Amino acid sequence: MRHDHLITSKQLSRGDIETVLDYAAEIDADPSAVADRHTDTLLGLLFFEPSTRTKMSFETAMKRLGGDVVDMGSVDSSSVKKGETLADTVRVIEGYADGLVLRHPKQGAATMASEFVDVPLVNAGDGAGHHPTQTMLDLYTIRENAGLDDLTIGIMGDLKYGRTVHSLAYALTNFDAQQHFISPESLQLPREVVYDLHQQQDGTGIKEHDSLEEVLPSLDVLYVTRIQRERFPDENEYQKVAGEYQIDAETLEAASDDLTVMHPLPRVDEIAPEIDETHHAAYFEQAHNGVPVRMALLDLLLSDDRGIRGETDE
Amino acid sequence: MSDDHDHHDGNDDHELRVSKIRDGTVIDHVRGGQALNVLAILGIDGTNGEEVSVGMNVPSNRFARKDIVKVEGRELSQDEVDVLSLIAPDATINIVRDYDVVEKHRVERPDVVEGVLSCPNAGCITTGDEPVTSRFSVLEDGVRCSYCETIVRDEIASLIDT
Repeated sequence: MRHDHLITSKQLSRGDIETVLDYAAEIDADPSAVADRHTDTLLGLLFFEPSTRTKMSFETAMKRLGGDVVDMGSVDSSSVKKGETLADTVRVIEGYADGLVLRHPKQGAATMASEFVDVPLVNAGDGAGHHPTQTMLDLYTIRENAGLDDLTIGIMGDLKYGRTVHSLAYALTNFDAQQHFISPESLQLPREVVYDLHQQQDGTGIKEHDSLEEVLPSLDVLYVTRIQRERFPDENEYQKVAGEYQIDAETLEAASDDLTVMHPLPRVDEIAPEIDETHHAAYFEQAHNGVPVRMALLDLLLSDDRGIRGETDE
Repeated sequence: MSDDHDHHDGNDDHELRVSKIRDGTVIDHVRGGQALNVLAILGIDGTNGEEVSVGMNVPSNRFARKDIVKVEGRELSQDEVDVLSLIAPDATINIVRDYDVVEKHRVERPDVVEGVLSCPNAGCITTGDEPVTSRFSVLEDGVRCSYCETIVRDEIASLIDT
């Protein structure tokens, strides 16, 4: 397997992460300097699940590097509908494009797809698995606002199905970060993820909680995720649980004045709109960071003269 | 299910079983009740005409009861038998030629098993129609899908791809 696919944040060392974040900062400061680095490059977008910001930010990033995209379109209008396998689809699109971005509802889809192609493949979400480019923009935002070392972060909401959470948690084990995971019992981190976190960081930096209250005052960053209705058998149960993991201005009275609030978006009602105007809110900045961070990643993956040498865990 | 060498006469039953095969492999000290899973993992179902004998829950010195599997005319390689360690970690492998045991070894836990188990996670890419061979890394106390990363610690035999 080539080492220039980006499948999971687990494959990235601290050095790899810092290379990407430093380069993203460079691009952010002067995007015009890289505007024609990829004038002949075509990026293939294969989104087997709906996506707005991830897809648009990849498209924007590629175009801002001077390249263009070819888009498979929605699954409904593609040959997938006729029963084509993912292995066949990626092998066909590989012939059209210089790199592939894949989002797929099945876990492990990106790992499998990468075994069938020679062009760099970026995982843009595989079921409840991984979402490493979201992680990179999350890390970028954390670094800008709070720093990545000597960090105390609370990650709250749906930790079971939230792939952004899993990817972020793995990546943070590379840093001096205390991670507090806050969720209802039914949506705790999968045991697989806990196993890996303990393998990577001996477990001392990881604690699980069912309430925000006890940890909120100690947090530098609070990363909120959406609890989805469909995870619960009935509406009552959902309302009861979800309500305990929403924050508003009153909640934040107990927080540090320096607290940074993040969210991968879209949000529904986990973060009250009144927080948007406070200095705590970093979620729109976080979304905007998707472009420079993905520009940095794409340039590093698609260029012959630069490259990240992340080892996969294979 | 019969074993034409069944002798329930205590200490020597193991030797008797082994000595009765001419050329092939005897898999001994399989945990009681796992013999059919051993055959399933090895992909032996009798349709190719192999001569196979199975003893189930026979008395044993080492365990109260054990299973034993004898495959005539086929010498199983170390790679082939190592996968058995997942369900029969105490198994011993005897290679027999002209009625003599010429090699005797234990099964060792492999790092990876391919094409033997199927992933129990319905959300895993390997459970669809993709042209992909299942692959599990072997942990100290279980196995882990190399694609979706699901860990299975119990009931590994139920994952055998038959």
